[in-house]
Amino acid sequence: MSKPTALSIGIQRGRLEIKQFMRQRESVVFTMLFPLILLAIFGSVFSNSIAKGVTFSQYFVAGMIASGLVNTGFQQLAIMIPVERDFGTLKRLRGTPMPASSYFIGKAILVTVSMLIQVLLLLAAGVAFFGVNLPKGADKWLLLAALLILGSACSTILGIAFSNVPKSGRGASAVVSPVVIILQFFSGVFFIFTDLPQWMQQVAAIFPLKWMTQGARSIFLPDSFATREVAGNWETGRTFAIIGAWLVVGLIWAVRSFKWERD
Amino acid sequence: MSTVISVSGLQKSYGANHAVSGLDLAIEQGEIFALLGPNGAGKTTTVEILEGFRDRDSGEVQVLGFDPATKGRAGQAWRDRIGIVLQSTNDAGDLTVLESVSHFAKYYENPKDPREVIELVGLSEKADALGRTLSGGQRRRLDVALGIIGNPELIFLDEPTTGFDPEARRAFWQLIRKLRDEGATILLTTHYLDEAEALADRVAVINRGKIIEVSTPALLGGRATSLATVSWRDGAELRSEKSANPTQLVTQLSAQFGGEVPELNVKRASLEDIYLEMIGATHE
Repeated sequence: MSKPTALSIGIQRGRLEIKQFMRQRESVVFTMLFPLILLAIFGSVFSNSIAKGVTFSQYFVAGMIASGLVNTGFQQLAIMIPVERDFGTLKRLRGTPMPASSYFIGKAILVTVSMLIQVLLLLAAGVAFFGVNLPKGADKWLLLAALLILGSACSTILGIAFSNVPKSGRGASAVVSPVVIILQFFSGVFFIFTDLPQWMQQVAAIFPLKWMTQGARSIFLPDSFATREVAGNWETGRTFAIIGAWLVVGLIWAVRSFKWERD
Repeated sequence: MSTVISVSGLQKSYGANHAVSGLDLAIEQGEIFALLGPNGAGKTTTVEILEGFRDRDSGEVQVLGFDPATKGRAGQAWRDRIGIVLQSTNDAGDLTVLESVSHFAKYYENPKDPREVIELVGLSEKADALGRTLSGGQRRRLDVALGIIGNPELIFLDEPTTGFDPEARRAFWQLIRKLRDEGATILLTTHYLDEAEALADRVAVINRGKIIEVSTPALLGGRATSLATVSWRDGAELRSEKSANPTQLVTQLSAQFGGEVPELNVKRASLEDIYLEMIGATHE
């Protein structure tokens, strides 16, 4: 029998993670459909245009795609890993010859698949029911691919790092969800970012969600809207630099703090 | 016969608490070795150091010829040869027994056949059942299946039969003996003295971070030479006498009663009696 590699085992773990995820029906429905429900509510309540050729739904879809990166990576892992730590899953794995990297590869696969499903559902529902326009031009689609890859990687790493913060699996949701919801309010997901108070904008600018949201707007909104951003342009370079910086911070944080068992 | 686990002068402290203080141990290939001791005696710390889950402060430790603190590729190659059955886990509820066991098989270089392992632990009928639908005892057998799927040379079993009914325990003991007979070495920690007595080739009693005694269950603590208690009925009175020569006493009684001695009972100290005495003796 050939010797298994970290990558091949990681791919096997990814398949297993997806299988388990799909079998938890309540969580699939909640994770995947909740953003659609929000889109339906916000799209119906705010049906006005916020600028020439820009409906609120268009603005909101950009924000929800950025949120999708945070929900499927950060939120999902920071809640799931403490539960696995409590249940002894992690300790059991640690006692096998499975390379540690395979575990994280499996999580990355789970996040990637759930993120893609999430984004596709949002786009499909947005186009079908709320007149959302898809990005125009190959460069916008390339930018979208880049944002999804980097944003998802950043979100995944931060979720792994943050998994050490909740003291137990049972309490994880109560610790993690408010962080995400507050960041969503501060980062211009539910409201137009430039309408928010200055201090809120400044706090949001420290964290990656604001930049993911802005990056998504640069893809889904017409370039004419860029003048209404805080800096008067899309700040694409800065957006990617800050998300990348958070990825590095998360990596160092995760490597230093990750624990395979509850203390 | 070779030594699978050798420990000398092992020390581990948590702050001012000396969990393990100068522990020595040698476990030979192919034996079932039980580690007994009260809670807080250093049992778990010792086993977790042997399993490579915890670092030690000092002392020499060799498990299958490796230092369990070995990391990286060498550490993985070492883990390929051991199997660990942890205390009460509760994971993989959304996978079937077969899915879990087949998946874990992929971690190892020369795994056993998943279906054979499931058969061996007596879960064939539950192979397609989800983990969360298993009873406590079935769950424990799944833990064992996951621990032995890699065809380990050395198996760590931590409190394996907690929550089993008597029948399931006996079936489980048979399984452990079978693994031993196939050549595996087994280190068992248990709170059940009857389990140690039924299974173990040798037992060690640990207290206050040190091994007090290593022996066979029959000889531990001078059990074989301890006084036997002979009891019988003499008219309305139930009498008993401790004796170093119970056979002689029974012969006398038999002569006295002219054959059958009413309600005769000769009892030696149980492993539990001896164990409690040993633990108590070091508590003062």
